Amino acid sequence: MEVTTQELKHCDLIKVNGRVDSATAPTFSKALEKANEAGHFKIVVDMSELEYMSSAGFRALLASQRNCKRYNRGELVLVAVPERIREALELAGFTELFKSFDDSITAVGSF
Amino acid sequence: MTFPAQFEFLDEIRDFVAQTAREGGFAEKEIYFLQLAADEAASNIIEHSYEGISNANLDITCDVRGTILTITMRDTGKSFDPSNIKQPNLKADLSERQIGGLGLYLMRKLMDEVRYEANPKTGNLLTMTKRRG
Repeated sequence: MEVTTQELKHCDLIKVNGRVDSATAPTFSKALEKANEAGHFKIVVDMSELEYMSSAGFRALLASQRNCKRYNRGELVLVAVPERIREALELAGFTELFKSFDDSITAVGSF
Repeated sequence: MTFPAQFEFLDEIRDFVAQTAREGGFAEKEIYFLQLAADEAASNIIEHSYEGISNANLDITCDVRGTILTITMRDTGKSFDPSNIKQPNLKADLSERQIGGLGLYLMRKLMDEVRYEANPKTGNLLTMTKRRG
């Protein structure tokens, strides 16, 4: 798994590649927390090169979404969610908790 | 196969299940969800049954007979009562959404059958089956 954070004018673009499971989710969580600690609560998570995500990754997304949405200060949105990961998110009932966009330009533009 | 009960071996556990499922003629999409179910099961055992224990092992079998794939996981850690694990409320809003119980919920959704037997002598045995689509 690899996580890269790009600070844009109106939001942070966090790209997570590879596989997020119980071993790698803490690193993903840290990247999300770091953005929040810097006072950034508008976050785009680019999943276009994500191969796999277990519920450990879902929990990291949920914790960050709670933090971002508190006091209406922002939101975490998803980009290019691969089909199988989307289906797993749906089974977990998570899809309604996150806006999802097909590409990062539209997602970044939504802020 | 015996795996060290550590999160770092989840990759190998998923590969092991995928290989058996592929040989058994399962489709790639089915294989993804079998890997997810195995990952959730192994993660729960490592996190909860073996909580605080770093040198434990996890015995995993994965077989296909006919059209049915069976995964078993045996551990000698703490047992649990699956009926005590609350179903996550998928309708709850963001602030009330529970973080625990999601792994077991996903396993039940992804597999046809999930059985758990706690035995103080032989350890805990988790059995999950899935019929090929």
